[in-house]
Amino acid sequence: MKCSYNWLMELVNLGGVTPKELARALTMSGSKVETVTELGAEIQNVAVGRALTVEKHPDADRLFVCSVDVGDGTPRQIITAATNVFPGAVIPVALDGAVLHGGQKIKTGKMRGLESQGMLCSLGELGLDEHDQPGADADGILILDETFPVGADAAEALMLRDVTIEFEITNNRPDCLSVVGLARETAATLGALGRGGDHPARLPATHEAVSRPQDGDIAQYLTVAVEDQALCPRYSARVAKDIQIGPSPMWMRRRLRACGVRPINNIVDITNYVMLETGQPMHAFDHARVRDKTLTVRPARPGETLETLDGKPRILEPSMPVIADGRGPTAVAGVMGGAGSEITEQTAVIVFESANFHGPAVRKTALSLAMRTDSSSRFEKGLDPSSTLPALERACYLVEELGAGTVVSGVIDICASFSPPVKVPFTQDKIERHLGVTIPNLNALLESLGFAVEGDSAVVPPWRRDVTIWQDVAEEAARLFGYDNIPVTLPPSRNQGWLTGPQRLRARLNELCVSLGFDEMLTYSFIGPADFEAAHLPAQNAKKIHNPLGEEQSMMRTSLLPSFLKALSVNLSARNPEARLYEVSKVYTDAGGQLPLETYRLVLGGYGGGFDYFALKGAAETLLGRFCRNEAVFAKTASYPVCHPGRCASVSLHGRDIGFIGELHPSLGFPAGAAAGELDVEALLEAARPDAVFSPIPRFPAISRDLALVCPKGAAAADVLGVIRKAGGAMLEDCALFDVYAAKNSLAYRLTFRAPDRTLTDEEADGAIARILKKLKESLDVSLRS
Amino acid sequence: MLKQELETLRERALAAVNGAPDTASLENARISLLGKKGELTAILKQMGTLSPEERPVMGALANEVRADIESALEKASAVMSERELAKRLEDEAIDVTLPGTPFRAGRRHPMQLVLDDVVKIFLGMGFSVAEGPEVETTYYCFDALNTGPDHPARDPQDTFYFDADTILRTQTSSVQIRVMEQSKPPIRIISPGKCYRKDEVDATHSAHFHQIEGLAVDKGLTMADLKGALQTMMTGLYGEGVKLRFRPHHFPYTEPSAEVDLQCFECKGAGCRMCKGEGWIEMLGSGMVHPAVLERCGIDSEVYSGFAFGVGIERLTLMRYKINDLRLLFENDARFLKQF
Repeated sequence: MKCSYNWLMELVNLGGVTPKELARALTMSGSKVETVTELGAEIQNVAVGRALTVEKHPDADRLFVCSVDVGDGTPRQIITAATNVFPGAVIPVALDGAVLHGGQKIKTGKMRGLESQGMLCSLGELGLDEHDQPGADADGILILDETFPVGADAAEALMLRDVTIEFEITNNRPDCLSVVGLARETAATLGALGRGGDHPARLPATHEAVSRPQDGDIAQYLTVAVEDQALCPRYSARVAKDIQIGPSPMWMRRRLRACGVRPINNIVDITNYVMLETGQPMHAFDHARVRDKTLTVRPARPGETLETLDGKPRILEPSMPVIADGRGPTAVAGVMGGAGSEITEQTAVIVFESANFHGPAVRKTALSLAMRTDSSSRFEKGLDPSSTLPALERACYLVEELGAGTVVSGVIDICASFSPPVKVPFTQDKIERHLGVTIPNLNALLESLGFAVEGDSAVVPPWRRDVTIWQDVAEEAARLFGYDNIPVTLPPSRNQGWLTGPQRLRARLNELCVSLGFDEMLTYSFIGPADFEAAHLPAQNAKKIHNPLGEEQSMMRTSLLPSFLKALSVNLSARNPEARLYEVSKVYTDAGGQLPLETYRLVLGGYGGGFDYFALKGAAETLLGRFCRNEAVFAKTASYPVCHPGRCASVSLHGRDIGFIGELHPSLGFPAGAAAGELDVEALLEAARPDAVFSPIPRFPAISRDLALVCPKGAAAADVLGVIRKAGGAMLEDCALFDVYAAKNSLAYRLTFRAPDRTLTDEEADGAIARILKKLKESLDVSLRS
Repeated sequence: MLKQELETLRERALAAVNGAPDTASLENARISLLGKKGELTAILKQMGTLSPEERPVMGALANEVRADIESALEKASAVMSERELAKRLEDEAIDVTLPGTPFRAGRRHPMQLVLDDVVKIFLGMGFSVAEGPEVETTYYCFDALNTGPDHPARDPQDTFYFDADTILRTQTSSVQIRVMEQSKPPIRIISPGKCYRKDEVDATHSAHFHQIEGLAVDKGLTMADLKGALQTMMTGLYGEGVKLRFRPHHFPYTEPSAEVDLQCFECKGAGCRMCKGEGWIEMLGSGMVHPAVLERCGIDSEVYSGFAFGVGIERLTLMRYKINDLRLLFENDARFLKQF
């Protein structure tokens, strides 16, 4: 909501508070100010003048030399190229040292040998356009009418100076989408601060109704029906005749402009002016073009269409409330009028509509027609039905005040039952205990906002439909008292805060990944079908978003792998020589219920800097070893098409499949060695042993033996190790692979034997080695390298 | 005669020991003087030819010579090994200004660093961490939070829908409801997590963002307590001297409601480019829990009161690390991730 500071000043005593101070004060009392823009402030030293003579420049075909009276007895010689200046014309004159719109500075200078002591101004040079000054020549000098006093400051005379204060009004306060509402807030806010802000001296919406039986009766002009009162709780209308369409007065045009509305003509401007002033949207129909002289508020019928004021054809749906005349829709209720009944130069009789439409219906209509208007954005928040009549009377008053026409007697007012004023019970004690502060002048603060305090109740003013419970009353008091004046206390401590087991374990998982050299990434939860395809993942268990931003963000991921591949690509295209990334995050699997299963996964991997399958496997082994204290089983698999078929392993814990690791398939285009793995965090959490169990430090020496083994082609190291472990028995403390000689299918292990209670003998170790070799030969055909 | 030989030997030996150029010649000297076949031994072998009166006298002299030689050897050896160590150390000197062996340490994401800090701050105030689903029912995300069927927040242009009743949660407040349904006051939780709104992505918006929601319900909680909890959080995150401003606002699930602004670090409230001239930066929404929300969860709003707040982790993170574009948070470029 943009509001004119001058307009506000007319309604409330601002007590010398500057626009900036006012903005800060209103922001802190709940009407947040977004911007404060000074209008016309830069225009300096421009006077109203009168051209005395206009003659051709002796040395230039296209220039004129004017002698201009600017009221100080010393006519100025000013050269102009404009052709519309004539002797006697009243014109704005930029004097020596003047500043114009956009900061343009004017100084005395010479033009083709003759001195020019200033400049005659056009509309644009004063920051105006044809809508602000109807009838003015956009290309020539602005010719003013005779009412402008020669010698006056032109910025003052043209009412260029004002300040636009733009507010962010919250949804619950449609009453503040009006100058009157903001004046009320201003008065209460400044009053609470002890800075003047007397109550609004005059609420211009409350004029006496114009009524002169000799000017006819509305019944001769119009009938109105409301088919569905749920859609339209109140419809008020009046008629005015003998309409003279023309520009509205300058003061009205300037105020509309300061509030961000373009002036059009007197009748349309009146409807906009009253809406800005009172917050009640208004509409004017050309009575001549209301067919059958009847208006009906009803839902649109299937197949109905309407050309709206903006010239666009609209297809209406049965959910949309419309105003129909005898032949069909002529306005979209609360949103926009129809072109068919638009006010034109020829309009002689008008119908003013001031109605209350159902907010949600207006909102949905505006949304589905994609035309949110000043009117619809007010209705959608829910307006006070009692404001239709005062606004209507205000508009009628202005019609006559502006000499735009004659108001016809009688009002059509179709109204659902009136609800009595709302009374909200409250006690000062409750409010103070809620806020944590005492407010000595509580009742006075409430009354300054228009509430009446009756015993233990607050009587809510009709424009405050948002106040229904004592907590609402508490907010009213608190915001005027000042949130900043509420003390800062710590909530009394009652219990210790804890992380749950899974939360602690996930934190530990993150620590481990970081300690292994991986950087944590953060990726989107929704991905696209192409991402599933790129990762060779099936998409059938993915939840699909009905209204996504785009197809590429339309499905909930069922794996972290697509997000990982994307991040890897980002790094590759950034030419980063290496990347190690991980993330512990959720995947979403449709399991048939309303909500999908949300489970955590871990993805990790990278490329460059020597990263490869074994680097990843080493990281995974360390991670699993530290996290679960259990050796995971890695088995060759080809069931992950995203991986190199010969370089991928499934990972299992206690016989349960928990994911995979592998080098990425060369066809994906990542550098050689790029590898990734994804593990099921829920399974990891189940297997986790965060608390270590101490085992004593060995007191007896160990015996080591090295074995170089020759394996048949295709034998897996894991199988060899399994046999060694089993045959080695309890004495075998460790079996570490220290060499791989691929050409000979040879693996070399260092075996460490130890007993916890004595020093082993060489014979015992040799015996174990013999058993191990025997078993290896028997079960895997593995023998000692000769 | 023998005495003369001993004296000469002592003289020669000391000269040889002190003049030895390295450890090897010193060792040779020791062997030739004191060894089994050495000169001293050879002289002592003549002791048998002496008279019984002379023997003890010569014996004492021989021992004295041996001791002198040994002590000289020891001294020379010590000097020599010191010299040799010094030479070795000199030879072993390296250019200590060469770079160290690269050592890879991973980094947490900046958002997680901030989140971890917030969690620690609230654990200290007795809050626990609650979690809930991101794909949520409209009941938990809207209805239960006093956001009726006609509320604009429910528009499909703002909220992602799977079907009429299932959405991507637009705020983590839905977790509050799930917690209040399942537990009795006193309740103190924060619920961090992903939220989704249909915003086009730009430098300050993302359709996918992260929030921390806080909720406390107890007897006698006040708006002053809300101010205290949030002041504690901001001080913990940004340090002493952080200034907050509480500004009236409107949310359907709190009453009274407040938006909280942080005084701009750059200009201390005077207004600058970072705060767009306002002097304050809007940080979060908060308020006293609306009684309708409490009642819907079976909590008597005349006995209990509560406060709640929701803050975007992105905003906290951008502020903390002075990051100028929110999109960087989700691109996962290693050059960005390495900075934290």
